[in-house]
Amino acid sequence: MKIQRFAILPCAVLAFIAGSQAIAAGDQVVIGDIDDLSGVYADVQGPGGIEAINMAIADFGGTVLGKKIVLLSVDHQNKPDIGASKFREWADQNGLNMLIGGSNTGVSIAMSKVAVAKKVAFFAIGAGGASLTGADCTAYTVHYAYDTTALANGTASVIVKNGGKSWFFLTADYAFGTQLQDSATKVVLANGGKVLGAVRVPLGTTDFSSFLLQAQSSGAQVLGLANAGTDFSNSLKGANEFGLTKTMTPAALLAFLSDINSLTLQTAQGLYLTTGWYWDLNEETRAFGKRFFAKMHKEPTMTQAAYYSATLQYLKVVKTVGSTDADKVMAELKKTKINDMFAKNGYIRADGLMIHTMYVMQVKTPAESKYPWDYYKVIKVMPGEEAFGSQPDPTCPLIK
Amino acid sequence: MTTVFGVPLPAILGQLMLGLVNGSFYALLSLGLAVIFGLLGIVNFAHGAFYMLGAFAAYIALQTFGVNYWFALLLSPLLVALLGVVIERLFLRHLYRLDPLYGLLLTFGVALIAEGIMRDQFGASGKSYPVPELLRGVFNLGFMVLPIYRAWVVVASVTVCGLTWFLIERTRLGATLRAATENAQLVQAFGINVPLIVMGTYGAGVALAALAGVLAAPVVQVSPLMGSSLVIVVFAVVVIGGMGSIIGAIISGLGLGLIEGFTKVIYPEASNIVVFVIMAVVLMWRPAGLFGKE
Amino acid sequence: MRGSVAVYVLLGIAALAAPLLGVYPVFMAQLLCFAMFACAFNLLLGYTKMLSFGHAAYFGSSAYITGWLVSVHGWGTLAGILAGVAVAMLLGIVIGAIAVRRQGIYFAMITLALSQLVFFICLQADFTGGENGLQGIPRGSIAGMIPLDRDATMYYFVLAIFVAIYLLVRRIVRSPFGHVLEAIRENEPRAISLGYKVDRYKLVAFVLSASIAGLAGSLKALTLSFATLSDVSQGTSGEVILMTLLGGSGTFLGPVVGAGIVLTLQQYLSERVGAWVSVIIGAIFVVCVMIFRRGIVGEIQRRFARRPLP
Repeated sequence: MKIQRFAILPCAVLAFIAGSQAIAAGDQVVIGDIDDLSGVYADVQGPGGIEAINMAIADFGGTVLGKKIVLLSVDHQNKPDIGASKFREWADQNGLNMLIGGSNTGVSIAMSKVAVAKKVAFFAIGAGGASLTGADCTAYTVHYAYDTTALANGTASVIVKNGGKSWFFLTADYAFGTQLQDSATKVVLANGGKVLGAVRVPLGTTDFSSFLLQAQSSGAQVLGLANAGTDFSNSLKGANEFGLTKTMTPAALLAFLSDINSLTLQTAQGLYLTTGWYWDLNEETRAFGKRFFAKMHKEPTMTQAAYYSATLQYLKVVKTVGSTDADKVMAELKKTKINDMFAKNGYIRADGLMIHTMYVMQVKTPAESKYPWDYYKVIKVMPGEEAFGSQPDPTCPLIK
Repeated sequence: MTTVFGVPLPAILGQLMLGLVNGSFYALLSLGLAVIFGLLGIVNFAHGAFYMLGAFAAYIALQTFGVNYWFALLLSPLLVALLGVVIERLFLRHLYRLDPLYGLLLTFGVALIAEGIMRDQFGASGKSYPVPELLRGVFNLGFMVLPIYRAWVVVASVTVCGLTWFLIERTRLGATLRAATENAQLVQAFGINVPLIVMGTYGAGVALAALAGVLAAPVVQVSPLMGSSLVIVVFAVVVIGGMGSIIGAIISGLGLGLIEGFTKVIYPEASNIVVFVIMAVVLMWRPAGLFGKE
Repeated sequence: MRGSVAVYVLLGIAALAAPLLGVYPVFMAQLLCFAMFACAFNLLLGYTKMLSFGHAAYFGSSAYITGWLVSVHGWGTLAGILAGVAVAMLLGIVIGAIAVRRQGIYFAMITLALSQLVFFICLQADFTGGENGLQGIPRGSIAGMIPLDRDATMYYFVLAIFVAIYLLVRRIVRSPFGHVLEAIRENEPRAISLGYKVDRYKLVAFVLSASIAGLAGSLKALTLSFATLSDVSQGTSGEVILMTLLGGSGTFLGPVVGAGIVLTLQQYLSERVGAWVSVIIGAIFVVCVMIFRRGIVGEIQRRFARRPLP
């Protein structure tokens, strides 16, 4: 009697554990989205990114090679351990074929290592760190929408050439921030400028006052904001509050449409920023924007558009190659020209970076804006090689 | 330009000023904790959560009901204190006869619940709360530009701290409270309703936390996580000041803000840990804290 | 007695067979690491009544040290684990020496604050990788002979260590040393009056607990191939308290059961309900403190104690 009653305990525990693991179904193509769904970067991709992927799956027809396309998604909460564990688990247990990794370079670097171990195609879209196709590059990583090199070549170079010679950086204290600061520093120095100092700020900081004060006491002309998402909007608001914007020029090294929207044109006007896509560029982009707006009630950001494009490209290649085998898919991807509403004459370089046209924009003044979401005017069009560099990154181990 | 440790004086003064603002928050929060611990023996781990709820109450009041900042300053502490009182009545009351560790664990659980609910409803990043009209603008102090609102925070906190100290140490009500904690049975024998006093005191401590939350809302953005990072620092401040001491909490809070500000200029990487280092040092030299009695 | 032997036999069979039944070995190994962590914590809470509120400091620092030595400096797996445990032990001595002087709430507060110190040091230090954490930690092999890359092999390795530690903890508790700890727990002034150097006993218990927690951390870093700030965070400290409380502090199997339930809940709920995981964990805390103080295994044991012996 006693034995039987007690025995229930371990059996129940084991059954519970086993039951909570889903077993992979071989008759599906599984796409995963591991993204920041609730934190600092949630408005940049987040739920909008999931919607974009779903739109792409629907546009493709819902099946490929006779198999149903399934989307899994989870919030990585900006924690590398959650991102890496979930990726590993989905690859082991759910038959994951392709992962779209959003926002947060640190998490994406962790996930790229899992991509190699599990041989799963990994499209790093939201994250900016150039090292994803540099020292951290892998044969399975595609860095799709933009990277810190392009941002620096765009925004930093325009500001330095306009006279902003001395810089002080407010840098988000993790991989993305430091890489962005490095890229920008290279550009500043190459154009005859100098960096007077930098301060590392924890991700998610809301009160930038003491850091801004340090920037002010440095006497630099330019306040280099090497951060993104709500970090960026909060630091800019703080700069306004403490009167820094009267004596320093803010450099928005990474800003998305969603940030400008939350800051309002009143605060953000005049800012230079670099982007790979904008909803109001041409008819195709406007059409996508309209469809997205109908569901999400906001115009899409560059990365949300990139999610859509990357998903479609992947599915097309899978169809062409006739299999989801990651090696075959990656080989084909690197041979494909990408021509869709997101990029024209885009291609994936040997180190995994998707080279395409980038644009330097300036945020319009409230007077210049004629309709909702009319935020940018194009200042400069940069061909892919100019934005991303003409050669593959020599620090990437794949480039011999 | 005069320099101290190789850093220009205006920079130091600026950081000290900001440190004073932070110190005001520390003082207000540790005051609430010290009141609850000193008078009730409860380690209120939910203090950070009440601070956060206070800020959210102000945010929701503004967004949904159009209630402005000034009303929120009064309303939010009242509402959150009500919640605190309910928690005291339903849960904490039953734990007094047990090891105080259970009270700590319970409030820890309450904090997790509160944070989880708010995070589910509002996401993890901060919501913007505007500075009230009357307090917009800046003072130009020469060495820095100080937003008027931040000066207000210092004034408000110091005033509230002063009033609370006066209430507890110098009035009859305060004397009754202090007596009740030393010998509840005797005070009860005098006909004073001790459980009611306990409930009220917990509510008052919570109200102080919520008030700090409202004051903080325009400065740090209203986020579900705003309390959890702060609460441990506040605990350290209370330990430094002496866990039951009201005046210890106030002075340590302000002092720590200033020290943190100073550290940010001299050795920025250490600014996060300076409070814990000081705590360890103080504990080894004076185990009861600077103003503690044991 | 027969009942509990049967339980262990069944659990043993289940544990050995799990990978063959299709249960995810990495998850199981992770579960065992946390169960070990909870057993170490229980040594303090359950048997000495010391509530350490910052136990993640030992778990996480050991994870970092092992991960760093193995991935950056190419140390062997076993050497890396030993180094991690040594560091955890050292931290335990330092923090324990400061904290043990005080009791109850003060002890908890001190351990909390000092572990935050460790957290911030890990945040700033270069070798930990800060917010990015240490990634891609190789599992290496046991003494250069048995490679641990296959998930199932790693699982059995962790299982073996777990069983050894579990038996060790039982041994410690049932030893004369353990009896002195029990005396201290029941009536500290009396133990002092009997001439026992109470602080020294407490410190030894603390250091033992920290070291085992460190071992759990090292194994976790190798199993999951990364060590991050989460491992030294307040959240992890709180989790291990929950596991022990839920399972039943002061019992042997309690922490194991608690770890199993908490990890499975997190696993199962994280994809579905996100932020509500926090709420549920908080609610379990509240329920445990209010009405379920003995925890699951504690309650089961109590039920059995009531039945008349045959």
